[in-house]
This record gives sequence, C-alpha cells and structure tokens, in this order.
Amino acid sequence: MTATTATPGDLSVWDRVRGYSPSSRHLPVLATLALFVGMFGAGGIRYEGFADPQVVLTLFVDNAFLIVLAVGMTFVILTGGIDLSVGSVVALSTMIAASTLEAGWPPAAAMAAVLLAGTALGTLMGLVIHYFDIQPFIATLAGMFLARGLCYLISVDSIPIRDDTFFAIAAHQFTLPGGYFITPTVLVALAAVALAAYVLHRTRFGRTVYAIGGSESSAMLMGLRVARTKVGVYAISGFCAALAGLLFSLYTLSGYSLHALGMELDAIAAVVIGGTLLTGGRGLVVGSMLGVLVLGTIQTFISFDGTLSSWWTKIVIGSLVLVFVVIQRVMTRRQP
Amino acid sequence: MTQMETQPAAIAPGRVEPHPVIEMRDITIAFGGVRALDGVGLRLFPGEVHALMGENGAGKSTLIKALTGVYSIDSGSILIDGEEHTFSTPAAAQGAGISTVYQEVNLVPNLTVAENMLLGREPRKLGRIDVRAMNRRAQETLDRLGLDISPTSVLGEHPIAVQQLVAIARAVDVEARVLILDEPTSSLDADEVEKLFEVMRSLRDHGVAIVFVSHFLDQIYEISDRMTILRNGTLVGERMVAETTQLELVKLMIGRELEVLERIDREVAATEAIKSGQPVMKALGLSRKGALQAVDLELYEGEVIGLAGLLGSGRTELARLLFGADTADAGELQVGSKTRRLRSPRHAIDRRIAFSSENRRSEGVIEDLTVADNMLLALQASRGWLRPIPRAERSRLVSKYIETLDIRPANPQALMRNLSGGNQQKVLLARWLITQPRILILDEPTRGIDIGAKAQIQQVVADLARDGMSVVFISSELEEVLRLSDRLVVMRDRRKIDERPNQDVSVSDVLEIIAGSARAEEATRA
Ligand SMILES: Nc1ncnc2c1ncn2[C@@H]1O[C@H](COP(=O)(O)OP(=O)(O)OP(=O)(O)O)[C@@H](O)[C@H]1O
Ligand SMILES: [Mg+2]
Repeated sequence: MTATTATPGDLSVWDRVRGYSPSSRHLPVLATLALFVGMFGAGGIRYEGFADPQVVLTLFVDNAFLIVLAVGMTFVILTGGIDLSVGSVVALSTMIAASTLEAGWPPAAAMAAVLLAGTALGTLMGLVIHYFDIQPFIATLAGMFLARGLCYLISVDSIPIRDDTFFAIAAHQFTLPGGYFITPTVLVALAAVALAAYVLHRTRFGRTVYAIGGSESSAMLMGLRVARTKVGVYAISGFCAALAGLLFSLYTLSGYSLHALGMELDAIAAVVIGGTLLTGGRGLVVGSMLGVLVLGTIQTFISFDGTLSSWWTKIVIGSLVLVFVVIQRVMTRRQP
Repeated sequence: MTQMETQPAAIAPGRVEPHPVIEMRDITIAFGGVRALDGVGLRLFPGEVHALMGENGAGKSTLIKALTGVYSIDSGSILIDGEEHTFSTPAAAQGAGISTVYQEVNLVPNLTVAENMLLGREPRKLGRIDVRAMNRRAQETLDRLGLDISPTSVLGEHPIAVQQLVAIARAVDVEARVLILDEPTSSLDADEVEKLFEVMRSLRDHGVAIVFVSHFLDQIYEISDRMTILRNGTLVGERMVAETTQLELVKLMIGRELEVLERIDREVAATEAIKSGQPVMKALGLSRKGALQAVDLELYEGEVIGLAGLLGSGRTELARLLFGADTADAGELQVGSKTRRLRSPRHAIDRRIAFSSENRRSEGVIEDLTVADNMLLALQASRGWLRPIPRAERSRLVSKYIETLDIRPANPQALMRNLSGGNQQKVLLARWLITQPRILILDEPTRGIDIGAKAQIQQVVADLARDGMSVVFISSELEEVLRLSDRLVVMRDRRKIDERPNQDVSVSDVLEIIAGSARAEEATRA
C-alpha cells in the first residue's frame, strides 16, 4: 500500500477531525482567520482599547444579522448560484414585523409571518430558477425588486416598533464572566452557523449542495435529488434573510423600506472573503462568519481612528474581495 | 430494416432465462429533427453480459440515456419485468435497481472518493451521515476493484483513469439488477480491465444483467455473451458473440468490409537515419516532485516516440512537463537549439508544440461552441486574437479535417455538446493538427474512438511524421503504441526504465520489461 492509503480502522485523530476535507480545502478559511487575527493585532498595536475581548464580542453583536444572511448566502453560492434578493427581503421583513405589530398581532405571530414570507419568496425563486432554467442572477434580481416594491406597498414611511417583547429582547444582555456581554441576537447567529455546518457536512442534503456546485449535470446523472436541493437552498436563503430581518429590526426597532440597501452585496463579499468559491462546490460556512467579522473589523478600525472617512470601508472591502478572488483563482488553477 | 434478426433464436439454451429484465421496443428519439435513434430495440436477460456495438455516433449512449431517464423517448416502449415503465429521471432508474456508468466520468471533482462512491446513499446513524462507516464501505469496494487509493482523498486530484474506476466502483457498490457500463475501459490498462471483468463475471453469475460498451473487440469477445449492433441510429441485429466472427461483427457495424485495419502503411524509420540531425526537443533530468523522477529524452525530426507504461507510470506527467502544462522542479528542456523554460502552455504553443490532453471533458472540449470553433481555437490563439483567420481559410481547414477524421455529423456548425464521445475526441485531435505543430504530444488520442476511425487517426499521425513532424504518443493500448512508434520509452513508477528502437518488439516484450524492472528492484531491496 502506498503512503496515502489509510485503512478506516487506523484513521488518526487528525484525519477524523478533518472529516470530509483535506487541509487544502481549509486553506482559504485559515487565510481568512489569519487575516482577522492579523487585523486585530494591528488594531491592538495602533489604538488603545482595540484589543479588548469586548470589541470582538461587539463585532458579533453589531453584525449578527449579517452573519445569518451570509449563512444563507453560503448555501446558495455553494451550489454555484447567487441570491441578490436578500437585502430587500431584510427590508421587507422589518416592514412586515413593524406593520403587523402595529396592527396588534402578538409578537410570536409577527415573527412567524416574517419567517414564512421570506421562506416562501425564496422557494418561489428556487422553483423559477430550477424549473424554468432561469439564471439565478436574473431570477433573484427580479425577487430583489419584488421584495423592495412590496415594502413600499406596505408603507413608504418608516414604522417604529413599540412592542414590549421586541423591546425586551433588544435590551437584553447576557453577562459573561469578566464583565463582558453579548445579546440574544448573537446566540441566534451562532446557532445558525452551527446548524448550517451540521446540515452541510452531516446530511445528504448538504453533501448534495456541494455535489451540485461541483457539477450539476454529474449530480443529476448520479441520481441525486438535484431539483429538491436547488429549490431548497433558495428557500434556506430566504428563511435566513427573513431571520436576519428580524435581528435587524431588533437592532433598529423600526421597519423601513430603505433599510438594508445593498446588504446582499455585503453578504456576498463576506462569503467570498470567507473562502467560498463563487463557482460553487468549495467553502465552509464558518468561513463566511469569519468573512463577516473581517468586514466588521474594518468598520471598527475606522471608527477607532476617527479621522478616516467611512468610505474607506468600501475601498478596503473592495480590495479584499479582489485579492481573495484572485487567490482562489490561483489556487484552483494549481489543481491537476 | 433488419428487425427479423432480433428474434429469440439467438438465445442460448440453458443459461438465459426466458424473461428479459428489460426490453426496449422500437425506440425513436430525434434531436431537432435529426433521428439519433430510429426504431431500436434491446433485450436484456438476467445473468448475461450484453455488448452494445456500433461506430462512433451509432446511438449507443443515446439508447442508454433513453433507458435511464436522461432523455425522454419520442416513441416506442420500455418494459421492465414485462411491464411497461418509463423512468423520468436517472434517480428513478437507480431506484429500480439500474446502476449506470455513463460514458464520460460523471462524478463531482470537489468531493472525496468515498463521497463520490456513496453520494445519495451514505450510511447514516441517527439521521446523520456516518463518515467512518462510509469510508470503510468505500475502502471495501476499492479493494475489490484492486484500486489502491485513499477513500478520503479528493477525487479531482486523481488521473482520469482512476476517476473512471471510481465511477465503476460507485456503480457496483449497489445491489443492482442491471449494470450499465458505457465505455468503462477506454482509459484502463490490461490489469484494471482484468479486475473489472472479474467483478463483472461475479455479478453476472449472481444474476445481474450487464450492458457493456467498448470499442475494443478483444474485450467484447472475452466478456460478453450476446450483443446488439447499431448502425447510424438503426438496429442491425442481435447476435450471440460465440457465433459471430470479428470480421462479421465489423461488417455489421460499419456496413462494409474494413480494409485499413491490418497494418499502418509505415516503415518504422531507421533510427540511425533519424538521429543524424539535431534533436528538436531534448529533456535533461526533467523532474517534478511527486510526479516524475529525472527523465532524459531526445526527440528527433519526423520521429514518433511511444510512451509505454501502466496506469500511473508517469506518462501523462512527462507529457505535461514537455508541454509546460506543469512546471518542472529540476532539469532543463531544450527546444530547437536553445534551452527553454516552458513556463506555460502559451509558451509551448508559440514554439509550435501541441498537446492533446487525455482529459477531454475538463481540459479540451468547449461544449457550447460549434465544431468549427472548437477546431480553430488553438490556431486562432497562436495567431493572436487580432489576426482573425480568413473566412475561406476557416471553412477549408474545418471541412478538410471533418473529412479526414470522418467526424459525424459532418456539420461544422453542430454544437460540440451534441456530438457523441468519439466524435468529440476527433474534433479535439483536429484542433491540434490544424496548428501544424513541429512537435505533437498526444495523450490517449484514440480514447473512445471506434476501430475504423482509430486506424484512420493512426494513418494521419504516420503521414504527419513522414512529413517531418515529431510526435510523442501515449496510449494505454500497447498494440497501438507499437504500431506507430519508431522508438519506445517505457515508464514505470514515475520514471523512465527503458528506451529502445521499436524493432521486433511485441506487447509481451514490453510487459516483460516492466515486470523485469519490478523484479530487479525487489532483488536489490532484498
Ligand atoms: N443532445 C443531443 N442533441 C443532438 N444530437 C445528439 C444529442 N445527443 C446525441 N446526439 C447525436 O446522436 C447520435 C448518437 O450519439 P451517441 O452519443 O449515442 O453515439 P455513441 O454510439 O455513443 O458514439 P460513441 O462511440 O462515439 O460514444 C450522434 O450523431 C450525436 O451527434
Ligand atoms: Mg457513446
């Protein structure tokens, strides 16, 4: 037997930790992690108080909705698709939540309505993409306009949220030892990441997502459930967008049709910086979370500095996306 | 038509049960008005190996795809266990116990070997995939096929032949009633073919019905019991293999006698005469870590070098280094009189070196372009995009090669994706021939090509060499290497173990060289 052959009996612990993927597939994620740590180190040296653990926790607090959004986007991009509608769905979700609460719905019913609407819209786009063979870009672009339009249909003005339950959740903080704190939204985001990682790696649905990203026609010939999976990822992305919308409404305590403009692009950027290949088939959901944290760190940098214009955020994000896409390109070309 | 010949008279008494598991009747499928299949039938009995025969483009793969729910049929009927039943998706066919390896490797390169073998039916524990059980089960099947690779390695990192074996492993892993293998052996060497046949025989003895497609007549005669012959989308007939001679079979397939098959009109050039000049290409200690140990090689004008060796011996790796598709870690490469570093294929093309890769699906064919565009791609690239090829020249070149290589349909505007596997391979070959390179590196150029066309291609290569082109020729079919080459380079374990003029060398000599070097190594180690 050659050195590469391992009988299942003597799999090392490391092999088991790696589970599905050899380390080469973890490289992009490790790169993102290194970038994140490096940025933090640099910030800690430059600015007083930057290297405080609470700064990291605040990153999670401020970006919980974006993490959830990126989780859904990861599913879609892993199949080789894209979902441009998520930013609008976030706005629509805040609108549905605010207006139903205003109309006197119980908070649980309002939340259920939001999640249902998001999932339904996602499913609809998935069906159109798969059964009418429409480019995901086009179908979700239509979904993006549709959701934004629906916001205006509900109201052109901002609707404040005054519900007690929403207030209570928004104001709640979990105190950690050492005086640090996080909010419930962070727990939701972390749960979303953990659940997504489980689904992607330990269920047939998840592995089919990767298979479709590798080659859709092969997946079909292998007898995998391509249709169900493709529609499923858009449904998941719609659900995540609605959930992110709920978190966002907790953050802003209002519904407004101009909320989350262009947020879909932030989500896509986070996924790409997190090491997921835009052509599908490669990437980890943890990477997307790290991608969000990197984006958040850039913003923190700028707010700590105080002299830099906030436009620097965009410039840095733009450059990072470019760098990461190029790195991926080079790495995939190296493959035999 | 010759429907008559399909009557049950052909069934051997005793071993075959009277009821077919699958019967396809009068199947017709048209693509945009062109009939790919016209009233074709197929009967498949439990416990038989059934060969599906025909030239490139005869409709074999289409018939298989019609059966397994990839294409929907225009007319005709499919009977499973005597009852009419049509599958709407490959998943449905699989569910009914029909396991298929389609012609091209249809797996996903980004997942592991084990996942590729078991996707869609992974062993589960409490609803979650049991990775350990999955890898263990994959290992068992790999062992059965004698495939020495790790189930946890990523599929795309393996050469195409290994991928082909993994696709077979995926198909034989299930408890299938019907196993369909569309050209599974096209890039395997003798050992792997033997292993595959062992597995096929044992499945057959357990009552599995097997459909086998191959252009290697010897393989057909070794393994199959019965065959159905197609020609141009129509049914020629059904025959018992034992009662049909190879000559008869060829005649049935191509509709006339085949003349050129015997021996290529080519005198193996006297090596001394060739060696008089300067080598056009010279490799000195060319190596790449993990791929190839230092190799010296000289290639002279008008010479055909055949690279012989088994799967994984380093043939493809050497070819890729010569072309600059991979970069060497050490050693140097002289092209013409100068030492060159071929940093990229682009460099190589500029020096008039052409390389036809073994991996046509991912490195060659552009499915959404026409036949003409695919053919002219390399020539256009070498001229630069600012100097388009004049229209008249384009159509002259394209029709010339469509004719020489007998590409069907003979329509330059046909989309590449709609060509049969063998015809796509011919187009790829034409792409490189059109550039009129000085050095032509061919890695498995006749893979999946039928016997008639194979002879034609060998003739073309021989003619080009006579006109001064130097050729590096790789094929897992040793007979073909011996027929064409002036000089033989034998590879084993990623290095060159022998080089000799191709004079009175036989296939068994080559195998002996390979085995001998293995023995010598054992001896020195002991
Ligand atoms: N999707 C398609 N659209 C149009 N024409 C097609 C399509 N698929 C196959 N054909 C045509 O049908 C004919 C039969 O093709 P098929 O792939 O079945 O041949 P084959 O017998 O498998 O040949 P090979 O030995 O080269 O694999 C060919 O002429 C091919 O061009
Ligand atoms: Mg075929």
